[in-house]
Amino acid sequence: MRHLISVLIENESGALSRVAGLFSARGYNIESLTVAPTEDPSLSRMTIITTGSDDVIEQITKQLNKLIETVKVVDLSEAPHLERELMLLKVRATGKDREEMKRMADIFRARIVDVTDTTYVIELTGNQGKLDAFIQAIDPALILETVRSGVCGIGRGERVLRV
Amino acid sequence: MLLTGAEIVVQCLQRENVKYVFGYPGGAVLHIYDAFFQQDEIRHVLVRHEQAAVHAADGYARASGEVGVALVTSGPGATNAVTGIATAYCDSIPVVILSGQVPTAMIGQDAFQEVDTVGITRPCVKHNFLVKDVAELADTLKKAFHIARTGRPGPVLVDIPKDVSAAKYEFHYPETVSMRSYNPVVKGHQGQIRKAVKALREAERPILYAGGGVILANAADELTALARRLGAPVTTTLMALGAYPASDPQFLGMPGMHGTYEANLALHHADVVLSVGARFDDRVIGSPEHFASEPRTIIHIDIDPSSIGKRVKADLPIVGDVRHVLADFLRILDEEGVTAPSEALAPWWERIEQWRARRCLAYEQPAEGPIKPQYVIETLWKVTKGEAIVTSDVGQHQMWAAQYYRFDHPRRWLNSGGLGTMGVGLPYAMGARFARPDAPVVCVTGEASIQMCIQELSTCKQFRLPLKIVNLNNGYLGMVRQWQQLFHGGRYSESYMDSLPDFAALARAYGHVGIRVDHPSELEPALERAFTEHANELVFLDVLVDPRENVYPMIQGGKGLTEMILSADGL
Repeated sequence: MRHLISVLIENESGALSRVAGLFSARGYNIESLTVAPTEDPSLSRMTIITTGSDDVIEQITKQLNKLIETVKVVDLSEAPHLERELMLLKVRATGKDREEMKRMADIFRARIVDVTDTTYVIELTGNQGKLDAFIQAIDPALILETVRSGVCGIGRGERVLRV
Repeated sequence: MLLTGAEIVVQCLQRENVKYVFGYPGGAVLHIYDAFFQQDEIRHVLVRHEQAAVHAADGYARASGEVGVALVTSGPGATNAVTGIATAYCDSIPVVILSGQVPTAMIGQDAFQEVDTVGITRPCVKHNFLVKDVAELADTLKKAFHIARTGRPGPVLVDIPKDVSAAKYEFHYPETVSMRSYNPVVKGHQGQIRKAVKALREAERPILYAGGGVILANAADELTALARRLGAPVTTTLMALGAYPASDPQFLGMPGMHGTYEANLALHHADVVLSVGARFDDRVIGSPEHFASEPRTIIHIDIDPSSIGKRVKADLPIVGDVRHVLADFLRILDEEGVTAPSEALAPWWERIEQWRARRCLAYEQPAEGPIKPQYVIETLWKVTKGEAIVTSDVGQHQMWAAQYYRFDHPRRWLNSGGLGTMGVGLPYAMGARFARPDAPVVCVTGEASIQMCIQELSTCKQFRLPLKIVNLNNGYLGMVRQWQQLFHGGRYSESYMDSLPDFAALARAYGHVGIRVDHPSELEPALERAFTEHANELVFLDVLVDPRENVYPMIQGGKGLTEMILSADGL
């Protein structure tokens, strides 16, 4: 099962390698990991996408909690939540492909954020499925570069993860 | 008061009541050594290899219950310490390791004796710190001691660059530590505890299965009181020997790969297992699938939530300090008026006594030899009246010491259970002797293990440590040979120890007493002499034992608790 785990962790050097090291040392899957400081610069928030059986996910949350710098751990996928990922896509945009690419971007509510005579950079935000679908929808031969941020997650409504 | 970083280190250690630091100097810690030189409160013990510094600090912690402290230099000093750190980590021993580091401005430039110590040690410490500013030094050291000794204890490393130990700062040692990210649970959940007491009272076939957590939490008295109150059998893991008196009839011995017949069968067939500070590891239950094949209720008390549900599913998890939780068990039993064991356990005890009647640890000592290793341990127990602190290395001798030296008290048995580190025995004995200068300290070792830290005989001479080393010399990496005999068709690949030194002569070369024993009749007199005539000297007893002897009972790796090999006849 795919899980989305959110971690509040002290914003200290080495905290990221403790988390990454934990996953590799114990053989856990890590599909994506995002991290950045929160509104309180002493705290970082991580979103980790991982897969595993219930037993493995229980161990992952326990082992994350065990790290000295971890403040809180929540499995967001246990309840309603939002997931967003940002993708920047550089595509070849010449001739008839130029108009087609613009149309596809509009359909997916993507934005073209950089334009040259021959290329577009397209910015697209959404859940992983939407990003995947966009890549599927356009001609793969036109893709020059793909950059994805990894998934950020947040609980819906009053479900709040803070100190 | 304006102090240098090095002086701050010394001040902090003094505030933490550190009495001994085990260490080895080098370039990056010169300032710290200079500060040690100018004080008298803390004694520095100069080891001969950094690995032994951490082992000795670890042994000190195991024997005393206090935090052990080691001090090493950067680069090779730190890498040599890694085995010691990992050993302490696997057994959850509170140790603070101070390592020197190259000056902050040179970090990352591949400087002389530079390694990424924090990076190298990250997976084998409870936590570690790199102190980049002298202003943070005192706070960091306070946190290091706090983290090492609280919760599930463990080693904490503090890496101190040379310019930080030289810089000056106003010294202030914080009285308390407050960390929003680290607040270990102490009290157990009362509802869960009540349910657990009920399950135990209703059990027909209960067993108390205690692990190293009982020793770490100083909960042996509570465990013993609970066992007596319930009348239930007790088995203690390798890490918990002494947590319950081995001479008591309720004690079944150790469970696991080399556990007793009665302990393994009772653990397997119990209807309620109370696991106290133990973790059902592979050397205890073997295969989790086989263990799960028998239905039973598992109550699992542990201070570390990640130990619960890791290998077996717990029906009643209780997170908390085992001493507090067991005290709550006893209080609830008081409230419920349970003062004496239940008669209902009689059929269970009948079954256990039948298992015990197999006398799985029986052996014969031929009058003319060869000397049986089991006989050596039993004789050692007799001569020391069961009161010694015994350390061991890793292998057959470790298992024989665990099986035949009946420990009645906690913190008398020091060994590397988790990591299984050969070479710990002698430095553990050194640490134990500093912790308990009144107690006889014996290192039971083998001719292979002792050579992994034998240089410490020199440290023992310098500090006049009257340790007794009992070397069960069978000329083989005995446990490797045993597995090769049983599972690899008798192909003894590289397990024969050729070209051994004359250990007695080697001990004498270091300035100690060396005695070689090769006949059963010489053993007891030699041991007696070691503790009387040579009471104040280190005695190295090189005992030539039967090279063909195996450790039984034995459960092959990955098999279940009921699949024991009881003797060579059972092969």
